[in-house]
Amino acid sequence: MSATNGQMSAANGQPTLSIRGLHVAVGDVEILRGLDLDVPCGEVHALMGPNGSGKSTLANALMGHPDYEVTAGSVHFKGQAVLDLETDERARLGLFLAFQYPAEIPGVRVASFLRMALNARRSEEISVMAFRRLLLDKMKMLKMAPRFAERYLNEGFSGGEKKRNEILQLAVLQPDLAILDETDSGLDIDALRIVADGVNTLRASNLGVLVITHYQRLLNYIVPDRVHVLIDGRVVESGGKELVHRLEAEGYERYEDAVSRQEA
Amino acid sequence: MAVTSVDHVGLDTYKFGFHDDIKPVYTSPKGLSEAVVREISRQKDEPAWMLDFRLESLRQFERKPMPTWGADLSRIDFDDIHYYIRPQDRQARSWDDVPDDIKSTFDKLGIPQAERKFLAGVGAQYDSEVVYHSIREDLEKQGVVFLDMDSGLREHEDLVRQHFGTIIPNGDNKFAALNSAVWSGGSFVYVPAGVSVDIPLQAYFRINTQNMGQFERTLIIVEPGAYVHYVEGCTAPVYASDALHSAVVEIIVKEGARCRYTTIQNWSSDVFNLVTKRAVAYRDATMEWVDGNLGSKVTMKYPAVYLMEPGAHGEVLSIAFAGSGQHQDAGAKMVHAAPDTSSLITSKSISRNGGRTAYRGYVQVLPEAERCRANVECDALLIDDRSRSDTYPYMDIEESNVTIQHEATVSKVSDQQVYYLMSRGLTEEQAMALVISGFIEPIVKELPMEYAVEMNRLIELQMEGSIG
Repeated sequence: MSATNGQMSAANGQPTLSIRGLHVAVGDVEILRGLDLDVPCGEVHALMGPNGSGKSTLANALMGHPDYEVTAGSVHFKGQAVLDLETDERARLGLFLAFQYPAEIPGVRVASFLRMALNARRSEEISVMAFRRLLLDKMKMLKMAPRFAERYLNEGFSGGEKKRNEILQLAVLQPDLAILDETDSGLDIDALRIVADGVNTLRASNLGVLVITHYQRLLNYIVPDRVHVLIDGRVVESGGKELVHRLEAEGYERYEDAVSRQEA
Repeated sequence: MAVTSVDHVGLDTYKFGFHDDIKPVYTSPKGLSEAVVREISRQKDEPAWMLDFRLESLRQFERKPMPTWGADLSRIDFDDIHYYIRPQDRQARSWDDVPDDIKSTFDKLGIPQAERKFLAGVGAQYDSEVVYHSIREDLEKQGVVFLDMDSGLREHEDLVRQHFGTIIPNGDNKFAALNSAVWSGGSFVYVPAGVSVDIPLQAYFRINTQNMGQFERTLIIVEPGAYVHYVEGCTAPVYASDALHSAVVEIIVKEGARCRYTTIQNWSSDVFNLVTKRAVAYRDATMEWVDGNLGSKVTMKYPAVYLMEPGAHGEVLSIAFAGSGQHQDAGAKMVHAAPDTSSLITSKSISRNGGRTAYRGYVQVLPEAERCRANVECDALLIDDRSRSDTYPYMDIEESNVTIQHEATVSKVSDQQVYYLMSRGLTEEQAMALVISGFIEPIVKELPMEYAVEMNRLIELQMEGSIG
């Protein structure tokens, strides 16, 4: 499968990701309760919400984590229903999740893992030399030292290194839609800027992005086309980038009060 | 005893050519007796002292009890084994007799056709003979001896007589005694002082011998300041029609010398693999065992290093992989017999699909072996809840001024790791295999390149069809 086939849907403006009435439970607790969301190709959408609103649940449900049970609703990605697909099938279709807490894989080097992952989504294996060039190129973009590629995947990485490594994977694998789950947490201002620059570069090549965050900070650097407010498992408001500033000024209380009044 | 032709038994008739028309020339009757041992020695035209050694070993074997610790060995029927089959008779088996799963593994590993037949015990490794010839000329110029053990005994009798059975006495244990009585094949390696053999010596390439016999016997002598890396076996499965493999390997590493011995054992899944391996290391010498155990039904193997003089260093790096119905009981033994000696044991085991692994290690520090350092690290990885791993770290420390460290971990492949890797497009099987290859990476990186590649490929194959 080509890594750039997202461009086809870009041409006709169809949503890359379309979520309707999504309900997700973890154990007995329902976390998402009828979520609707569209992310068109090539756009950056921000999903903002307080702790416990279901942001990471959405990220993991979209990626197919087995602990997150979809009880109702639909998710279409590039026109295809994906809820019955395994995590790896969704990935090969062009969905990517930059993890808040990426797993450590001792003994597996960043470079060899990434080559394997890239080959998993190609019909023909990339040559070692071509891969090497691609990797070094992307690492340079993210201001990473070449020897980073020889380290064991996430093992002993600082918080910032883990996040940068997630963006490196995004840059190398070139999916159609990337979900960034709290990518700003644990990043100092310099690292934040580098990560944002990386995402902005990819954005130019029609990558759709769903930025999941609690704070405004990252959105100063990755300026969203649309902003959605997630409260208690539902999108309660959507708007332009000005919504970010209002949230930063007023907080989420207004929405939360409204929701609890509704439920009372 | 019915023997059709014994006139020219010996190395010259160890032809690897696979001919359907060759009829078995000599196969010993099933079971072990003095007559069988005498016949083996007679066919090999051995000196009297070796026959005596064999006969004494047979008596030791008969006296020794079966080990009652470790794996369950009760299914071994010593009366149901051919103790000696002349090599060309082994090859009289047909390719059609080789089980399909082994053939299909050859396919997946991409082993060339000629090598497949060799590994399956039905043919020769023609291509390698050429390689071996050129290697041998180069080595001979430096005085290096690399022969099968039978030839070694014939051509270097004095050296062999001086060392044979000195590191592992024939009464060491029941299986060493058995090997000493009926041994055949194996390697004889001699590296003169100061010679560094810069390519690994691979039994696999050795000409005209059945190096993967049932009771092979290997003796390696590394003179002062010399270096050699000996590689035994191969990652491809080795098909044995016999149910018992019991080898003995003795190594002598003299002052300032270094020896590394690498094994990748991948016997077919019905074999009892009971091997005794031991080295002695003298002043400032280094002995390293790199030991991979994938195949067999039961393996019991604990490579040992006796650190005889100050400055000696011993290492064992081992990997065990146990699948359904397999029990890999492996480990190491380090004996610190002198001050200022050091040892390192690194053991990694993987159990899946109901398989069972055990690390069994023994570290001994003798009195007055001051300032010794011993480090043991054993990590077990369980793939599922049905599998099992045990750790038996024995320590016998008779000197107080020493540094001993022991660390043991048992882990499972975590769901988070698998999910993370799958989120990048790897299948569940690929994800599992990658976590496992990372787990054993510290040992695999010590293997020669081609073995490392095959090892990882083999882990992938082991994981295929294991999910869901």
